[in-house]
Amino acid sequence: MELDPDDVFRDDEDDPENEALRQRASSKELVVYLVDASPKMFSTNCPSEQEDQKDESHFRIAISCILESLKTQIINRSYDEVAVCFFNTREKKNLQDLNSVFVFNVADREFLDRPTAKFIKELSRLEEFFVKEIGSQHGIVSGSRENSLYNALWVAQALLRKGSAKTADKRILIFTDEDDPFGNIKGGAKADMTRTTLQRVKDAQDLGISIELLPLSQLDREFNVSLFYADLIGLQGEDLAQFVPAAGERMEDMKYQLRKRMFKKRIVRKLTFSVANGVSIEVHTYAFIRPTVLGSITWLDSVTNQPIKIERSFICADTGALMQEPPKHFQTYKNQNVKFSVEELSEIKRVSTGQLRLLGFKPLSCLKDYHNLRPSTFIFPSDEEVIGSTRIFIALHRSMIRLNRFAVAFYGTSSHSQLVALVAQEEIIDSGGQVEPPGMHMICLPYSDDIRHAEELHSGTNAAIPRANEDQIKKAAALIKRIDLKDFSVYQFANPGLQRHYAILQALALEEDDLPEIKDETVPDEEGLARPGVVKAIEEFKLSVYGDKYDESDNAGHKKVSEASKKRKALADGAVQKSAQYNWDALADSGKLKDLTVVELKFYLSAHDLPVSGKKEDLVKRILTHMGK
Amino acid sequence: MEVGGYEHVVVLQNIKVVDGDLVETLKKIPRGTLPGDFLDAIVVGMDMLIKKYSSTNKGKKRLCLITNGLSPIKDPYEGSKEDQVNAIAQQMTSHGMKLESVVVRESVVLDENVSVMEENDRILNLFPKRTCAKMVFVESSTSLLGALKTRSISPVTIFRGDLEISPKLKIKVWVYKKTSEEKFPTLKKYSDKAPSTDKFASHEVKVDFEYKSVEDANKVVPPEQRIKGYQYGPQVVPISADEWDAVKFKPEKSVKVLGFTDSSNIMRHHYMKDVNIFIADPGDQNAILAVSALARAMKEMHKVAILRCVWRQGQGNVVVGALTPNVSDNDHVPDSFYFNVLPFAEDVREFQFPSFSNLPASLLPDEEQQEAADNFVKMLDLAPSDKEEMLQPDFTPNPVLERFYNYLELKSKHPDAAVPPLDKTLKRITEPDPELLAKKKSAIDSLLRHFEVKQNPKLKKSMKRMREKPSGSDEEDNYRRITSKNKVDLIENGVKVEKIGDLTPVQDFELMMSRRDNPEWINRAITEMKNKIHDLIEDSIEGDNYPKALDLLVALRKGCILEQEPKQFNDFLHQLCKFCLEHDLRSFCDFLASKGITLISKTEAVDSDVTEEEARNYLVKREAKPE
Repeated sequence: MELDPDDVFRDDEDDPENEALRQRASSKELVVYLVDASPKMFSTNCPSEQEDQKDESHFRIAISCILESLKTQIINRSYDEVAVCFFNTREKKNLQDLNSVFVFNVADREFLDRPTAKFIKELSRLEEFFVKEIGSQHGIVSGSRENSLYNALWVAQALLRKGSAKTADKRILIFTDEDDPFGNIKGGAKADMTRTTLQRVKDAQDLGISIELLPLSQLDREFNVSLFYADLIGLQGEDLAQFVPAAGERMEDMKYQLRKRMFKKRIVRKLTFSVANGVSIEVHTYAFIRPTVLGSITWLDSVTNQPIKIERSFICADTGALMQEPPKHFQTYKNQNVKFSVEELSEIKRVSTGQLRLLGFKPLSCLKDYHNLRPSTFIFPSDEEVIGSTRIFIALHRSMIRLNRFAVAFYGTSSHSQLVALVAQEEIIDSGGQVEPPGMHMICLPYSDDIRHAEELHSGTNAAIPRANEDQIKKAAALIKRIDLKDFSVYQFANPGLQRHYAILQALALEEDDLPEIKDETVPDEEGLARPGVVKAIEEFKLSVYGDKYDESDNAGHKKVSEASKKRKALADGAVQKSAQYNWDALADSGKLKDLTVVELKFYLSAHDLPVSGKKEDLVKRILTHMGK
Repeated sequence: MEVGGYEHVVVLQNIKVVDGDLVETLKKIPRGTLPGDFLDAIVVGMDMLIKKYSSTNKGKKRLCLITNGLSPIKDPYEGSKEDQVNAIAQQMTSHGMKLESVVVRESVVLDENVSVMEENDRILNLFPKRTCAKMVFVESSTSLLGALKTRSISPVTIFRGDLEISPKLKIKVWVYKKTSEEKFPTLKKYSDKAPSTDKFASHEVKVDFEYKSVEDANKVVPPEQRIKGYQYGPQVVPISADEWDAVKFKPEKSVKVLGFTDSSNIMRHHYMKDVNIFIADPGDQNAILAVSALARAMKEMHKVAILRCVWRQGQGNVVVGALTPNVSDNDHVPDSFYFNVLPFAEDVREFQFPSFSNLPASLLPDEEQQEAADNFVKMLDLAPSDKEEMLQPDFTPNPVLERFYNYLELKSKHPDAAVPPLDKTLKRITEPDPELLAKKKSAIDSLLRHFEVKQNPKLKKSMKRMREKPSGSDEEDNYRRITSKNKVDLIENGVKVEKIGDLTPVQDFELMMSRRDNPEWINRAITEMKNKIHDLIEDSIEGDNYPKALDLLVALRKGCILEQEPKQFNDFLHQLCKFCLEHDLRSFCDFLASKGITLISKTEAVDSDVTEEEARNYLVKREAKPE
């Protein structure tokens, strides 16, 4: 049911897989951000990305990371609930009334709740009122038994009591630059505090809460996880060494890190992958890349702003009788109506019994660039139900990479089935962590029914099509070298349409007057293209391919257009002449316009440069409107 | 009728609009084993098109030649074969005709035919050089089905304009869809309300939507009073269409290159949607050259171009994607680019997964296992160098659509027909090729030997779905059994129950075979009978079921001859013997031989490809084989 014909993102048709993903998303995520607000977080500065800007404090970095992710979250998965909680604060605000912990919130919202526009807005203004209303203060001082970290974890855990562990993923993310929180405490008190804090963490983990750390390194000294936090988040051995990324102090890296952690893995489907002769392994599928679409649209009554519901009724076209949803469908074939029951239709679509069935392997060169229909799905093995799955999967994965082959398989569910390519992806790691996880990507292959041959459409019959010569190719190569995007990554552009959409929504939701300007990152670098080296390469290419006729050929295009418009003009002239033969006023007054043929009506319309589309009634109406009657 | 002068060329049906009769006529296509001259056939076909349409309908006339290209073609009365091809090609060009040749070669061509085949391929290959023609080779009926284009969609450009590399360099291009998913047809809803006497009833159902206030179900909201509410977190923000239009993102129509980058920067799995193709404006020779130069340079350098596209004015979003070169090797087809949409930052979710190398050794394959897997991947090859690539997307039809249209045809004649099982040809798409599996059995067995798979005992859930039939069974039959069972269930709920019972199996079988309301009954009867025989043999103790099984087998043989299904019986007998030999049931084969059971030979049923002698010797030969 298409309710919104002019939806700007209509291109994205409903994908059954997306559907499944959305259903899965009913299991939500509850996150508490614990941000260290000790004075140190404000005093240490990081060199910022742009040189002309001031250095930024760790605290600011943490907040802007959270803001970024909240903005993404409100777009993508607004059912998840978040709380932002500061520790090492002067003031306190929490249900347990513990010292040095402040849960940030806005009106009409619980502490742990879905993010709202107002929440994001207020959080972005935090600096304006932080000193006055929250304040920064060391929470752990020697001599006192206060333990702000312990308190913060307690508060977070209490907040996460909401919702059952089965339907929700519960997480605590800690932002801090203090690698040794109890460093200034001496002796038994230190051991005691360490012990109670770790116990607190363990209790939380037992309740199904995962705790993650986002460390902020000092300029001169790297965040040392092994001092305290390794125990807290349970890091060991190699993981420990890999944990703190070298460039962790950079804000961009931080955002990147957070973004990765924001999206908890969600299994789309558990699949049986039949390898051969009845041996099947278990794999899970994940949706890595899916087009983010605008949030759902609710129709409202413009008078009351209350939601309206849509009622569907079925009416028999022959008798006008109201009826139930009919159980049969029909297709007109050979002048007769062939009827199908719903069961028959679903039986036709059920062509496979297995879920994912291996058919064989092909060299990667057989996978062409046009063999694509929809976003890919990631698959990763699991031994949860079938022991031994991971081992076979890894063996096949390694063989496929080594032999440069992909697998062809048939992926069939009861409602949809598709021939797919399984492309093995090797793990790629850079300084920021895992860039591409190891596993296979499932790519939908088109059928011959889906492939078109537009390139053959204009294949000339006599003369061979011109081909570029060596020199032209060389010039093209020089041009390509000049306009090179070195570190291009698909992650680098935000969708300007979507960003604008949400910026407007946010502005309207908060009743702001100014609409924010969104930077469109996808426009080409005009300045770069105007650099002399680039211009020279372009000119040489033009000269090589177009000779000195580049401008002429540009005009040729226009000439063609003008020829078409000449034709149109000639038609219009004809229409004017013909139109003059009728007494339109009289016809209109006597209501005789409808007696004319459509062709005749069009004389008037073309003569007056009006659109000629539509049914006869529309044409008559258009003429009357134009005449002002 | 035979056409004068052209031997062995028969016009079955003159050109007309496709209808049910044509389908029927085609089913009765005359078959023969006489060699045919495909050049003659092309001339006859061309002549028919010219007689009917002369030089009108340029570019819409299509000749489709299906041949195995193994019969020699005659030398023309004058000139060479090349001259003849040239003459034909010229005629075709002048009448705006296209030629599509599908060369079907299911099996390897034997020695004496090789020279004929090579000569024929050479002749056929001349056409694409001389006129608008295309030639494809297929090696299976599945590919043949995919190679035949039933529905041709006249392509529509989604963009015509400049591919802007810089403000100073713009190339005129046209953009088309290269792939676009052909959806399952949307059927109309059927209304049975009209009286059966009403011959002109449309039987259509109109769907009406009414908008009502949530609070007051009786209050209808007129459509113009509606306003869209957009979700932002938990809030719904009402925005009217006018308001929205005033502020929304409105990029200018344009297609601009952002730059070029190494193709390794773009992962294959980043492709988001169906694919577009960029072709230079066919009227602009320089644009064709420019595209050609860029495409070839990009290919050499392993580069792709990153594009920002706004296809039409007023589009509310931009598309960023990768342009990859598509260098043509056909002189008549210009070089072009494929365009794939790439994700935006919002569309990518980065999940972390454990590195394979960090997993415990118990989950990792050892060297031998790796070798078995390597061998398996190598052997289960769908694109062997000496054969056509199997399951090539360009030649693989959508099995669901094929099945739907077959069923539609069946239902138009027998409205109560049940959904037939998936055609064998189509099963080559949904299931592994049994031939390939059989050929590479050792590689598969070795893989299975090296790896152990078992249910997690800790999971109580019955995980039946993980278990398919154990190896060695005929998967195809297994599948059939499942579907036929389902179908019986379906029918049980509906009209009548039809199956072969235990009491009078032969009679049941004969009754089922003689049902004429649906040809599918025959298949089902045969399948059920096969299963019955199989079960009987499997369950027999010291051959006590053999006489009963023999009775059924005799009945099945008779039925298969009557219904012209010799292959079904012959295949089954092969299978059965194989099964018996493998399962220590040789005594049954001997029993059959002693009772004089043979394969169905050509003399008994024309469709059989077994000679009488072969048929007679089949079981005897088995016997002689030392096992």
